Amino acid sequence: MPEPHSPAISQPANGGVRVVLRGVRRRFATGVEAIAGLDLDLAAGSFVALLGPSGCGKSTLLRLVAGLDRADAGEVSVGDGTTRPSIAYVFQDPHLMPWRRNLDNVALPLELAGVPVAERHEKAREALRMVDLADAADRYPGELSGGMRMRASLARALVIRPRLLLLDEPFAALDELTRHRLDDQLRALWIELGMTVLFVTHAIGEAAYLAERAVVFSRRPARIVADRTLDLPRERSFSLRADPAFAREERALYEALVRGEAA
Amino acid sequence: MAQPAPSRLGAVLAPLLALAAILAVWEGLTRALAVPAYLLPPPSAVLAAAAHDAGALASGALMTGRAALIGFLMSAVFGALAAIALGSSRLLEKAFYPYTIFLQTVPIVAIAPLLVLWFGPGLRAVAVSAFIVSVFPVIANTLAGLRSVDPGLRDLFRLYGAGRFATLVKLSIPSAVPSIVTGLRVASGLAVIGTIVGEFVAGFSEDSAGLGILVLSSYRQLRTDLLFAAVLTAAALGLALFGAVNLVGALLLRRWHPSEQNR
Ligand SMILES: Nc1ncnc2c1ncn2[C@@H]1O[C@H](COP(=O)(O)OP(=O)(O)OP(=O)(O)O)[C@@H](O)[C@H]1O
Ligand SMILES: [Mg+2]
Repeated sequence: MPEPHSPAISQPANGGVRVVLRGVRRRFATGVEAIAGLDLDLAAGSFVALLGPSGCGKSTLLRLVAGLDRADAGEVSVGDGTTRPSIAYVFQDPHLMPWRRNLDNVALPLELAGVPVAERHEKAREALRMVDLADAADRYPGELSGGMRMRASLARALVIRPRLLLLDEPFAALDELTRHRLDDQLRALWIELGMTVLFVTHAIGEAAYLAERAVVFSRRPARIVADRTLDLPRERSFSLRADPAFAREERALYEALVRGEAA
Repeated sequence: MAQPAPSRLGAVLAPLLALAAILAVWEGLTRALAVPAYLLPPPSAVLAAAAHDAGALASGALMTGRAALIGFLMSAVFGALAAIALGSSRLLEKAFYPYTIFLQTVPIVAIAPLLVLWFGPGLRAVAVSAFIVSVFPVIANTLAGLRSVDPGLRDLFRLYGAGRFATLVKLSIPSAVPSIVTGLRVASGLAVIGTIVGEFVAGFSEDSAGLGILVLSSYRQLRTDLLFAAVLTAAALGLALFGAVNLVGALLLRRWHPSEQNR
């Protein structure tokens, strides 16, 4: 649920969408079978972390959900299937356009949707504020640190108020401290905006800290080896990382990963 | 973006000192060995000839410069447009790209007479010769630039529903700008070469008697000093055009492209 009053928001969030995958297969032309029959149901507005060994098919799954790739069999449905819901995607690398200042990078999705310039700039400024980048609106990506670029990329995803937010190891390349701060920001934004979040990560601790539910994939082709609802409080802060409950969840995810690796 | 003064000074001073050294050795050797002036005049004689025939050199430079500029601009416009057309369709590229390579391999000296037949002797034939010689690097580099778009950004444009035209204008062409500038740099030198060759064959009219004609006439009169002066003037023209392209490129790219930063 969105919190009653937040200064960062000028319009109510329209909530998350449900994502359903049934019997999804994806086999590449090279013969590599990335996903061989996968069922997954993500509740509207849930925050789900996706863990799995490298090369098991996590990015492939995200691309299928985003509609950037087609499944060879099975179906992927996002939302009620009548209107195409707004989906945002944050890649592992920021992928900003180096010739545009931050403001115009963040405004891109609105620009492509035909939103007039004054309105999209206002919304882009708001999204930059959400990720603490308000001061860097007029700077170019080449003039930013890696963490700032990643935040700009996150702002670009948030600017359309997505009902589904897909993140593919977004903070993997950042230092520990920056990552923790961005984790906190992301979590706060999720509570604020209420979209469905699917978060791919290698980091067990990050998955446990962020998500309500964690899905662990086996080696390729990806199968689900564990699907846990994390038994952790809604309010999360640094002290949670030292909590025994947190350690228990981490351990469970770790064991699932090991099982999936061996499978 | 402040430039450290010493390195900038060095960048100007070092080549000047090298030039002075080369000229001194050249002057000294031609005098000491008593090389006949029609074989290799000393720099002082070249300078004297340049002063004596300053009028002919200036009008030659004007003619050659004009034809080279026209040919270069034709290359820039048609080359970039052709590349965009080829880049917009795999089929078009497959069908026509091999023939653009033909432009690079065509012996311009051999087809220059053809240009005279088609366009008549004069500025038009000369400018077309400059165009033929300089267009290929523009096409090849622009095409390479259009092809090297960040695939993550391509996905992003797709995800946010960008059409072909928006993708071309907002993504592919801006991505290609650094490559286009590289192509234009190469083309600037080639345009002057193409002009001189064109003048050899088609430059015998009032509006096209440029430095190429001056080279021919001083050769016939064994005025090697003037020949040198004409060749050097032509080289200086190429340098000027190159410098202008560099300047425009630096202005376009200074804020965001690594090639223009930390210089
Ligand atoms: N376009 C493609 N063509 C052929 N094979 C592909 C393609 N994309 C992915 N693959 C293969 O599919 C498998 C799964 O790839 P995917 O990128 O989904 O893995 P991942 O789980 O995201 O790995 P990582 O954690 O390292 O990012 C890999 O073996 C990969 O080589
Ligand atoms: Mg991946």
